[in-house]
This record gives sequence, C-alpha cells and structure tokens, in this order.
Amino acid sequence: MYLFILKRILQSIPVLLGVSLLTFIMVRSAPGGPFDQDRNVPPEVIKHLNEHYHLNDPLWKQYLDYLWSLLHGDFGPSFKFQSHTVNDLIAAGFPPTMELAFYATLFALIFGLIAGITASLKPNSLQDYVPMSTAMIGICMPSFVLGPLLLLIFGIWLQWLPVAGWGQIDGDKILPSVTLGAAYAAYIARISRGGMLEILSQDYIRTARAKGLSTARIVFVHALRGGITPVISFLGPAIAGLLAGSFVVETIFQIPGLGRFYVQAAFNRDYTMIMGCTIFFAFLIVIFNLLADVLLVLLNPKLRQEVSGGR
Amino acid sequence: MKHFLRILLMFISVIALSDCKKHKTLVELGNEQQILHVGNGDEISTVDPQSTSGMPEYHVILSLYEGLVSKNPQTLEIVPAVAESWEVSDDGMVYTFHIRDSAKWSNGEKLVANDFVQSWLRGLMPALGNEYASSYFVIKNGQNIYEKKVGVEEFGAKVLDQQTLQVTLIAPTPYFLQLLDHHSMYPVHIPTIKKFGALDERGTRWTRPENFVNNGPFILSEWTPNKYLSVKKNPNYWDAKNVHLNEIRYYPIQKSSTEERMFRSGQLHATYYLPRDKLAVYKKTKDPALRSYANYATYFYRFNNRIKPLDDVRVRKALAYSIDRNKIVEYVTKFGQIPAYSLTPPDTHGYVAQAKMPFNISLAQKLLAEAGYPNGVGFPELKITFNTSDEHQNIAVAVQQMWKQNLGINVVLENTEWKVFLDKEKQMDYQIDRASWVGDYLDPNTFLEMFITDNGNNRTGFSNSHYDALLAKAALESYKEKRMAYFQEAEKILVDSVPILPFYTYNWNRLVSPSVQGWYDNLMDYYPFKNVYLIP
Repeated sequence: MYLFILKRILQSIPVLLGVSLLTFIMVRSAPGGPFDQDRNVPPEVIKHLNEHYHLNDPLWKQYLDYLWSLLHGDFGPSFKFQSHTVNDLIAAGFPPTMELAFYATLFALIFGLIAGITASLKPNSLQDYVPMSTAMIGICMPSFVLGPLLLLIFGIWLQWLPVAGWGQIDGDKILPSVTLGAAYAAYIARISRGGMLEILSQDYIRTARAKGLSTARIVFVHALRGGITPVISFLGPAIAGLLAGSFVVETIFQIPGLGRFYVQAAFNRDYTMIMGCTIFFAFLIVIFNLLADVLLVLLNPKLRQEVSGGR
Repeated sequence: MKHFLRILLMFISVIALSDCKKHKTLVELGNEQQILHVGNGDEISTVDPQSTSGMPEYHVILSLYEGLVSKNPQTLEIVPAVAESWEVSDDGMVYTFHIRDSAKWSNGEKLVANDFVQSWLRGLMPALGNEYASSYFVIKNGQNIYEKKVGVEEFGAKVLDQQTLQVTLIAPTPYFLQLLDHHSMYPVHIPTIKKFGALDERGTRWTRPENFVNNGPFILSEWTPNKYLSVKKNPNYWDAKNVHLNEIRYYPIQKSSTEERMFRSGQLHATYYLPRDKLAVYKKTKDPALRSYANYATYFYRFNNRIKPLDDVRVRKALAYSIDRNKIVEYVTKFGQIPAYSLTPPDTHGYVAQAKMPFNISLAQKLLAEAGYPNGVGFPELKITFNTSDEHQNIAVAVQQMWKQNLGINVVLENTEWKVFLDKEKQMDYQIDRASWVGDYLDPNTFLEMFITDNGNNRTGFSNSHYDALLAKAALESYKEKRMAYFQEAEKILVDSVPILPFYTYNWNRLVSPSVQGWYDNLMDYYPFKNVYLIP
C-alpha cells in the first residue's frame, strides 16, 4: 500500500513539471503583456518594469529561475497586485475556496445520496422518477442560472439570506454552497442510484431479504458499501473540479476565493499569478485523485489484493 | 433511512435557525456607527500613489492621502489642503506654497515642505516605473532628472523653509493646480518606504496596513484581497474634526449585477456602477438612490489613417457623417450618454468645442463618391475591432447597419480579448477600433494632446504640424481666452481631419443610499469621503 502511494506521488512529479512548462509556454505566447494598458505607458517605464521583474532575461532562464524559487516555496511577486506576493494571494484566496468546496461537497453528498438511494429502492416508480428528474434539472442548470435564481428568491424577495459575501453576515455561506453543490448532488444521485441498483440485485442481498432483514439494515449494512463505490471514484475529480471551477459562484456571490484571482490573472497577464494558481490547482487535483484511489483500494477488497500483490 | 432523514432534518433546521432572526443590515448598522460600505469596481493593485493608475485605486488613495491642494467636490474648484495658501508669480512660472502648521503624518510626525520634494523625486525615479512620471515634467528639470541628465539638486521644487515650498515651472501651466491634486503628486512617507526596501522598489511591504504611514483623512486598517479594504478615521489628520465617518469599506465587486443586489439587500451604501438594463427601471420608479451624471470621458472609434482607403480624409468624413449618434445613445447604449460631435466633452471649465462633425447622409454619400466609391461600389470590406463587451458589440452592430444602409458599404466585426486588443492597437494592426478617453484634469489639453504627432496615445497615424504647434502654443500661454482660442483652433483641425469618430460623452450611473450625505455628482466622478456622513 505504501509503495502504491509512493509510486503515485513519484508519478505526479513529471505531471506537475509538464503542467508548469505547458502553462509557461502558453502564457508567454499570448499577445499583450502584464504592463499593457489602455493609456500609453512610456517605453522606458515598460523597460524598467521588465527589468524589475526579470522579464528581459531569456525565456529558458526565466522558467528555470521560476522552478528554482518554486522549489523554495516561493511563487514570486504578483505583477498586478504589487502589494502582495502570489503566496499571499493564494494564502488569502484558498481558504474560502476550500471551505466553499467543502460545504458544496457536503451538500452534494447528503442530498445526492438520499435521492439516489431513495430512487434505487423502488425503480421505475414515482419514488424513482421524482428525485431523478430533479437531478436531471440540477445537472442541466448551470450555476450562473441557479445562483441568481436562488439569490432572487431567498435574498431579494424573501430576504432570508444575504446576497453576497463570505463569513461577513450570518448565513452568507448557504446559497453559494447550494449553488455550487447542486449539479454535483445531481450527479451523485444518478451515480449512487446506478450503483445501488446493481448491488441490490445481487444474490447476497436477496439472501438478506429472504432472511427477513429490514430494508434499512439491508441498505445501510449490506448494500451501501458496495453501492457507493462509484460515488467515491467520482468524488476525487469532483472535489478538484469544485475547487477549480468555483470561479462562477465566487463571482456571483462576491466570495474572495482563489478562482476569482485565477481568472483575473489570466486577463491581467499576471504571469506569476497564472503560473502559481495553475500549479497549485494541478497539485490539488493530483492529491484528490490520489486520495480517492486510496479510499477505493481500502473499500474494495479486490483492488486491495491487486495493490498488495503488486499485480 | 431514518438516519438519513435525521441528518436531513438537522441540516434544514441549522439553515432555518441561523437565518430566521431578522438582523439589521450592514447599511443600517453602518448608519448607526458611521461605517460606509461602498462598491469600488475592482481589486486595487496597490496604495502606493506613485506606482498605480487605475480608478478603483484612485478612489481609495483619495481617502488615504492629501496633496498641497484639493478640489471642492461640488464645483471642482481648487481649494487649500496641505498648503493653506499659495502665491503665483506674475509670469505664472513660480508657485510658493505655505504648508499648514497642523499638517501631520498618521504616525504623528510633522509634514514639511521637504516631504513633497522627496516624494516627487521618488516619483521621478525611472526604476519605480511610475506611469505618471511625466506629471512632474512641468516642473523645472523634472524631465532632465528622470532622464538622468542633471542632478536632483537642480529640481525646480525647492524647500525655502520647513513650511514653505517653491515650485518653478518650465512654462506657465494654467492647469498646474489641477495637476497637483493628481495622486502622483501626493506625498509619501519616505522613512517608511526606506524601512522596507529601496525607494524605487515596487511592491515592498510598506503598503501593508501594519506598516503604512500616510497623511490623508483616513488610515489603512484592513486589506483582504477580493473581499474588502477598510480605512479608518485618522486622528492625526489636520482637519480630523470635520471627518465624520469612522470607517469606509471598499468592496472590489466586478459584476455590477452582484453590486446592485447587494445594494438592494442593504449590504452596500453605494454602488460603483449600475447594470445597463437596470437604468430604465430606476428611472421609471424615480428611485432617489439613482445618480446619473455626465462624465469627463468620450467614446470614439480610431481610424487607422495610414491604410487605404482610410488614408483618404473624404472616406473618413463619409464614415463619420453617416452615423446617427442620437439613435445610438437612445436605442443602443441607453445609459443617458450625450451624443458627441467632437472630442472634448462639453463645458469643461468654460470650454465648449465649436467645431462639430455634421450628421449629413447625403454629404457623406457625396464625399464617398468623390473618393471613388459611388454608393459604396468597389469599397473594400473594413473591420471594426473591439474588446469583448456587450456594449461595444451592440454599438459596432449599429454602426455596421448604418454604414450599410447609408453608404452601401460592408464592415465586419472583430471581437478580441482586452490585452490582445491593446496589442493590436499599439502595433496599429487594425482598421477601425473602439476607444475611449477619460480626462485626467479639467482642461481641454488632457484630451487634445492625445493627437499630437508623437503622443503615445495617438495610435491613428494622424499627424498635423499646425495642430502640434497650436498645442505647444497653448502650453506656453497664460491668458485663458487666448489659450482656449488655440484649443478651439486645434479641435477644428481634428474635426476637419476626422482621425477619429466620436460617439458620445459618457454618463455615469450609480446608486447611492439617501442615508449618505455630502456625496456630490460631478464631471470628474470625484467623490472624496472627507466630508461625507451617514444619517439613519
């Protein structure tokens, strides 16, 4: 098992290097520079700024210098937000993004699993159709539609919840979490329904029923463990997707998260910030995929045997 | 199943319990505690007044610093600030400022004449990359020091004594006092900057709330990027007794719809902007929160004067004369803009451009025929380039239609990302592109100097030696009437040569809660918070 984890960690190093090189090349080949503005900036000012940020060095040197400072945990200064380093901005933006992703996942898991399991218990009945159609709507409705809709109802009309902010007013975390989590709840509902249906048709479940066990016992003790395996393999990439894809929700709800910095950085040609965010998100995606794989191995005896047997 | 139901019930009750009590809104609380919550457009890059250029930065900097002079927010007339009085020599070349005795830095140190000299010299350090370094070029030897041709001891700003500053200019610059209220002219606390790095080093930690020293009515208190920046009342400010607000929170909200929702639900006292489609609603309901006023800015198209067929003035005239600007502002932009037929916005300190481009379709058709394209026959397909925005797109579509209908010519539209757009414009890799200009100070010069031959903002290829000479003369002229006459003549050349196609003078629209007092609308969108207060 440890060997498996170590192998996966070692595999991620070339992935991260590749991501950093590719991002560097793409960012630097985009037209326009970080100091271009609507108003003319005198060429000598641009020259001094380029010197200050070492943008006059050969590209390969800039890339190697960047990697070197990265090894020391330094993502460099932000070109646009001069008063902050990229480390400062990631440190400021990541906690809200992480928290948002956590609540959204929690919401998605609770509602997704309830809907999925409920539907799987009576397939092709009203109990199946209602949650599954709702899930379909959840998948189809993008967050930039759902967010403003929820805001209009709960924020403006009913005035139950704040319309923006994060951790400033009581309850301001609810609507963003629901908006971000809704689509994932819907996916989880469909996946868990599928997983549960498969398990519930297995012989050992029939045996359990024949023994006269209650539905709750069959579901929670016998079926759930196998039924939610597909959900877990979905969760790894999903959490990474929630983190990296929270930009829209962060913008709608004015959340000071990393997603907003990331997108702004691209528009500002804030080279170091783009690099920093990309590498950071790539690292998170690698980590969450690894965690999901480890969890799957732990839950699935067949996989466990494969990993420990080295086959 | 029961477990799940229990968890579900718990989840719902947590939501319900946390939100059923009716809280006071931020605005209501703010009114009680004199805390202003205001939308500020975008996250600011820095609070260093000598290495920034954006409007959101400017609005924050206005609370943190104060120059020698300031402006009356109602009339935009120059009023004393750090300098309690000043004299100007007869030839308009030497200004002597008397700094008030009570002027202090936020750490309690006395603010003296030398602070201004040292700050301006810092602004002239090339390595700092100050985009407004040319602001100091009106001061004797400013440019020479920037170009390292003379030593700093030759600078035209001299300390006569602790309280007296003498500034010698290279020419009588009638807008010099206006220029002094520009953020690049504000004093910075040199010892603090030195403590955290070299004087000309960007982005050192002196701009952090825990290190920051300034001289304005408020001090930097908290700064969480993309959340808010908070400033609090500065007890060491010379006029602190007239500062009523205890705190201002600037929210960097890019989406105007988010901002408007926050305003409606009592989370903001004032928005930075208003969603385009909401103006009609607020106007219809005569909402007292709506503020709508002309802005010192012009929306126009640049013609690339160097390429065919746009190098022919008759073609440019035909294109400009066939645009119905009234229709554009009334049916397309719908944001209260004023149609513009020349470059400078109307009524800037008494100056109203007399030369105007006509809207005359038959004349436009005649000119196009004279240029060799009767009814648009044989006219090459032109491209209008604009940066991604619904507004630019809509205007371009309207223009496309008007040219098609009125002149029989075809244009295609090219939508590009902002930095790509800027790159193309600077390389003059465009045919027609959208542009705008916001005046830095209340004087026609801030608009007209853009089209001097070698001005970096010209970007049209337009070059007229007479035009350049007129602006050079205006720069040396101290009599207002004569100066204005030079500007009128220059603007006539611009209107006759049509290097650009002006569309409208901008209109600013924002929401300001009626509880906010002392906030005035003006052409420069200048709203210092020094005298603003809140009523319940």
